[in-house]
Amino acid sequence: MDHILSVLVFFPAIAGLLGFVVSKESIRAYGISVAAIEFLLSLWLWFSFDGNYPGMQFVEMLPLIPAFGISYYLGVDGISLFIVVLSTFITLIGLIALSIEKDIKNMIISLLFLEMTMVGVFVSLDAILFYVFWELSLVPMLYIIGAWGGELRIYAAIKFFLYTFAGSLIMLVGMLVMAYLYHQATGVWSFAITEWHRLILPMNYQIWLFIAFFIGLAIKVPMFPFHTWLPYAHGQAPTIGSVILAAVLLKMGTYGLVRLPLPMFPDASVYMIYPVAVLSLIMIIYTAMVAYAQKDMKQVVAYSSISHMGVIVLGTFAMNPEGIAGSVFFMLSHGVVSGALFMLVGVIYDRRHTKLMSEFGGLAKVMPHYATIMGIMVMASVGLPLTMSFVGEFLSLAGFYQISHTMTILAGTSIILGAVYMLSLYKKSFFGEVVHEKNKNLKDLDGKESMALWTLVLITVWLGVYPKPVLEPINTSVESLVSFMHKKAITKEAREVIKPTVIKREAE
Amino acid sequence: MLEPISVSMESLNLGTLAPMLVAIVGALGILVIDLIKKDLDKTLYVMLSVLILFVDLGVVLGQTVGQRGFFDVMLIDGLAILSQIIILAASMLFIPLALTSKRFHEYSYPEFFALFLFMVAGFQFMVASDNLILIFVGLETASLALYTLIALHNREKSFEAAVKYFVMGALAAGFYAMGAMIFYALTGSVELYKIAEVLAADNFANMTILLVGVVFMIASLGFKLSMVPFHTWTPDVYEGASAALAGYMSVVPKIAGFVVAMRVFEFLIHSDVVWVRDILYAAVVITMTLANIIALVQKDVKRMLAFSSISHAGFVMAAIMIGTTQANSALFLYWILFLFTNLGAFAMLWVSRHKASIWHERFDHPYEKFSGMIKIMPVGAVVMALFMLSLAGVPPFSLFWGKLYIMSAAVNSDYIVLALIMAINSAISAYYYLKLIVYMFLKDPAENDGTVYMKNASKPLQTIIGFSVVLTVFAVLAVNPMMEFITSYVQASGF
Repeated sequence: MDHILSVLVFFPAIAGLLGFVVSKESIRAYGISVAAIEFLLSLWLWFSFDGNYPGMQFVEMLPLIPAFGISYYLGVDGISLFIVVLSTFITLIGLIALSIEKDIKNMIISLLFLEMTMVGVFVSLDAILFYVFWELSLVPMLYIIGAWGGELRIYAAIKFFLYTFAGSLIMLVGMLVMAYLYHQATGVWSFAITEWHRLILPMNYQIWLFIAFFIGLAIKVPMFPFHTWLPYAHGQAPTIGSVILAAVLLKMGTYGLVRLPLPMFPDASVYMIYPVAVLSLIMIIYTAMVAYAQKDMKQVVAYSSISHMGVIVLGTFAMNPEGIAGSVFFMLSHGVVSGALFMLVGVIYDRRHTKLMSEFGGLAKVMPHYATIMGIMVMASVGLPLTMSFVGEFLSLAGFYQISHTMTILAGTSIILGAVYMLSLYKKSFFGEVVHEKNKNLKDLDGKESMALWTLVLITVWLGVYPKPVLEPINTSVESLVSFMHKKAITKEAREVIKPTVIKREAE
Repeated sequence: MLEPISVSMESLNLGTLAPMLVAIVGALGILVIDLIKKDLDKTLYVMLSVLILFVDLGVVLGQTVGQRGFFDVMLIDGLAILSQIIILAASMLFIPLALTSKRFHEYSYPEFFALFLFMVAGFQFMVASDNLILIFVGLETASLALYTLIALHNREKSFEAAVKYFVMGALAAGFYAMGAMIFYALTGSVELYKIAEVLAADNFANMTILLVGVVFMIASLGFKLSMVPFHTWTPDVYEGASAALAGYMSVVPKIAGFVVAMRVFEFLIHSDVVWVRDILYAAVVITMTLANIIALVQKDVKRMLAFSSISHAGFVMAAIMIGTTQANSALFLYWILFLFTNLGAFAMLWVSRHKASIWHERFDHPYEKFSGMIKIMPVGAVVMALFMLSLAGVPPFSLFWGKLYIMSAAVNSDYIVLALIMAINSAISAYYYLKLIVYMFLKDPAENDGTVYMKNASKPLQTIIGFSVVLTVFAVLAVNPMMEFITSYVQASGF
């Protein structure tokens, strides 16, 4: 099937449009079936994907504005493939566990449109197309946070929108400059990212362009000091909004880092390793401490999610195959684990309409099933071996260890701090006596909740024990990316730092 | 005794006048019809006007680029044809907005339609000449007709708006006359191309006097284009005029003004010896930013849109300041896309126009009016949201492509700071456009039933809005052919 990517992108959107016709009572089933078909399509993409070929596959190209070099240009490689699968998977799981009754039709249609933009971002190979999907993803999310959120929902929604919008406009200027430089070099207009990769720029251009792209992407990640929109967005968003936001939307930023500035500006990226690493470290340690101080369960999860995003950025800027492949894998595990945690918090919120830890205690006795899953996911979030997060976190940190030992050790405290706040959350809410009267008769997980959550648990453990089927295609593409950057780098420092293969095995 | 001047008909090249003559004769025809038979329905006049404009458009499209006529005061170059196409297309979209389901008394007068056609002819003269005097005549013809059209809306505020516009317009006309006089005093000519030649020949010797003339010109065109600080009339006039006419005013007089500004300033900008570029740079940045900031605090959607269109005008003036072919082409692309989106947005306000002030004693369209619209009128809310997102520059809707081209033109001419300012301004503007979306989608409806929003809607209005929506959403497919068309015309006239 040649056009599977186009189908993947536009199927949810068309389904969303048709969804206006479906009656309100059946819309949930409709949404789940559409998401299931989309997920199966993405699985098909995975199985027909050739894991040994590092370049772009399933490429589609259709000129949109030929005079200006803008085209409809899609493709996946090992880096984007699994994030696409993650997006469709999380959307499906989120829809299954959806507990919202109010205006459910609008919610499901927005989710389907959001799914289109998410898949679109990850498969676009044209900068303008990437930008289009990137910006479009804000609109349904604005609606989801703003319409179904908590008390401050409108403030949170607007803050979310404006932050990202402002940042990405700066990135747009960077893209225009890049296109202009490409035009200068070749005489042709092109916004194709793969073409831009081939451009070798002088150092001062690289640094300014790197900064322009980095601002746009960092706000989405969100890097310290641009992270302030995220706690609001998470705090106010409904469960499904938080799940998608944490699991997929934040990945747009880190995925963008791997796809855009790194291969485009290898020298500037190496030059910027330390500033970026310091920001990531602040992000890791500071937000982990903030997480410990929270009273609200959801805020704990939100801040822990920011903290882990810091490790992902750090791994990306290790500039070697371990680090980058590890960070791509960590994006996936972060998606699964933080998605699951937000869903778990949503479960208890649906029952008690509060997320304050002080309201709970002894839940393990009342809801044993729920407590088991929460326990597994808390461990996964901490980075326990044999869970998915361990693989990603370990590889990211191992990669960065080659850049700086001290910084890696500092970043390693994230695991300890993570254990501190996560376990204390678990202790406060699940152990001890049942204090509150209301908590005595809480219902344990119902069918759809346990179905959604157990799936996530299975994946966490499966890919924690045996990550190979996912890690290998990622590795293939990342290795070719790194050796490409190595070849392209113009400064000596960059050539030294970017090592295609770091440790040679004896047997070879 | 004076020598008798013999002029042959061929040298007059009356074909260059044909488009304006069509409009004028059509307007006179409408008046004559009214003389013969009274009390004909407005639908007749609307359709007649559309047909006349259609013929006019045909004549414009039939003209060949690069000819002069009528004692050489008419200049039919690419800019003239391109801007006339935009003017006529906007007029053809505007005039059916008269077919409301509510009765508004201005449309019962055939004079309304006659004046409208006179105004169109005036704008056509304005863009199809490089003679300062003919430009002036065209400008005044169009403006006088427009003042009357505003006043015909027949509300207290409309009179206020018309008088305000008239006084400001008169002042601008005075400035224009002074500027033209100084140019004439310097060069002995009122033809812009000769002025450029003479000034270049003596190497801009009388710099100070020239700058005074330029300042007068900037002031007068600034009034017409509502550049800050000459913008103060705009929101009040838009508020007083009917929403449809306000939308029209935000598009058509401006494109005529842009063309004149391009003709007047371009040679000065390219000469590199005068400070025109710097003055314009400052004016552009201030216009964009200040208008955006004021728009943030507006309580009325129409006033917000008024300030936003000031800001858009500033954005587009930047293209004139940059002055490359790419920038000038981008200007036209932007304005065509803006035409559909902005006219659509104002038409949505027009649809929701109510005779009584239900929501607010002062404003017709306060934000509260739209709260919870998604629950009452989902389609209307989505359409309005699309227009707002497009105005904010969210891709892939129409105005994003306009912004993309203008910002790219800025980047390509090494105005990276300007491009960044444009980007930041787009981000600021997103806030006030979002505010309307927030009211429509995220707030609960005020207590009224849904019919109230669509009081003024009729099939023709819905058709026009639908047309604008389609162009707004699928603009990306039209950008490439449009840009080729525009660039060929702009290049043909050497800008």
